[in-house]
Amino acid sequence: MSTSRDVAILGAGMHPWGKWGRNFVEYGMVAAHQALDDAGLEWGDVQYVSGADTIRNGYPGFIAGATFAQALGWNGARVSSCYAACASGAHAIHTARAQILAGFCDVALVIGADTTPKGFFAPVGGERRDDPDWLRFHLLGATNPTYFALYARRRMEAYGATATDFARVKVKNATHGLANPNARYRKEVTVEEVLASPIVADPLHLLEICATSDGAAALILSSLDFAHKHGHDNPARVSAVSTVTPTFPNSIIEMPNFATDSGAASAPPERTFRDSIAGAALEEAGVGPEDLDVAEVYDLSSALELDWYENIGLCKEGEAERLLNDGDTTIGGRIPVNPSGGLACFGEAIPAQAIAQVCELTWQVRGQATGRQVEGATVGLSINQGLFGHGSSVIVTR
Amino acid sequence: MPRLKERVPAIEGWFTTGDAPALLGTRCTGCGTYTFPKGQGFCPNPACTGHDLAEVELSRRGRIWSFTDNRYQPPPPYVSPDPFVPYAIAAVELAEERMVILGQLDTGTDLETLKAGQEVELVLGTLYEDDDHEYLIWNWRLVQ
Repeated sequence: MSTSRDVAILGAGMHPWGKWGRNFVEYGMVAAHQALDDAGLEWGDVQYVSGADTIRNGYPGFIAGATFAQALGWNGARVSSCYAACASGAHAIHTARAQILAGFCDVALVIGADTTPKGFFAPVGGERRDDPDWLRFHLLGATNPTYFALYARRRMEAYGATATDFARVKVKNATHGLANPNARYRKEVTVEEVLASPIVADPLHLLEICATSDGAAALILSSLDFAHKHGHDNPARVSAVSTVTPTFPNSIIEMPNFATDSGAASAPPERTFRDSIAGAALEEAGVGPEDLDVAEVYDLSSALELDWYENIGLCKEGEAERLLNDGDTTIGGRIPVNPSGGLACFGEAIPAQAIAQVCELTWQVRGQATGRQVEGATVGLSINQGLFGHGSSVIVTR
Repeated sequence: MPRLKERVPAIEGWFTTGDAPALLGTRCTGCGTYTFPKGQGFCPNPACTGHDLAEVELSRRGRIWSFTDNRYQPPPPYVSPDPFVPYAIAAVELAEERMVILGQLDTGTDLETLKAGQEVELVLGTLYEDDDHEYLIWNWRLVQ
């Protein structure tokens, strides 16, 4: 399993998700210190800070690596920040890993944190007639749930999925998240309660669409040499990071676009964009979907979780509902998905979320996921997609 | 008697407003790849080095790939009537262009009757109004 391109995950830390209404830097500090404690290191040991960005105040420099480096106390560490929408966290992991593998540093902090406003995510303000994200709200009234609902309805039309199938995803994730101290929503729900909640975008109900949350997540990554020298004999490892973009012509409508690519002059790619996100990670780690013990997938909606089962290759196209209903993706099943509770229990704190997925996988492969442990897990995959064509998938092994 | 408002497109250059309205896209004169909205001087097909994108009217008819509605008022810059009126959105496949394009469905479309594969046609609808103008947008309407 181990490859020479693995890096060690020495520490993981999170500030609980919620709607705390405080400055995001505060959350980031909590997550960073927790990750450092977990690693048994001091802030002064960190040589590189890789920040996950989101857009705030119209530019991404505000929520960035340097913001946290300053808050932790300038120590001269080198810094980078990356914006990849919902995928920012995994891209920040990728950047830190590349720095370590290139030998530019031994120890890196990866960090993301945010404070979110209430309600729908909205585009950056002003009149931005050259920005598709602004235009989709203005000309179409197409919110994020619009796109999630189009995918959900497509499952119903193409595979005969039902509203009850989608509701069961929420029920499963709500149960998984009950014991997770970092989850925002820790309450069981029934299929009936999900279906009785208001429809936001047909066929998706309020309880099936992820909320926007405050939260923070951090990781301490190091070279394997450094890990071994500092008493981490068998650390969790990052064994692959996929940050692929789509292959032309991308025939699935993607946020925030008005249209897909045109396939008029080109054969469709071998893999859809979402298939390729998982495929690139699996190939890099040298494992197949059948080797996975656990997965954390980006359930922006209940129905979207089912799409991811197929994109990862946990089942064939059109069979995700059966996988769910057979209990395969429940803890105790063949391939538990979202043991953390997923976005269903967290809501989304954009720059922190993909890092939080990897925190969960770290705890899973260490056997530390109290109350939600997937027994014997040694290989986990996280997967996520950011608007404008940002893929992200991370494979964690031990 | 109410003053007649001037009917203007909500965005310039994205669609025509005649009797048979159509979306305006581009088609690469080299490889034939379409783009909507209009491309900007380079073909998006990585196998093509074309730079000559001709403005074309896209097919006025297509088939529903998927559909939804919106029951909560979106944030600005969506301009909502007061009170908010829910609306439906469809993703429509155009056969010739081999692409899927979003649009609001014609007012009054009943989601319960929709199915993937149904044929729709491009019409104009009102996106929002102010004192002097009615701002037009493309809508998809079921072909009966």
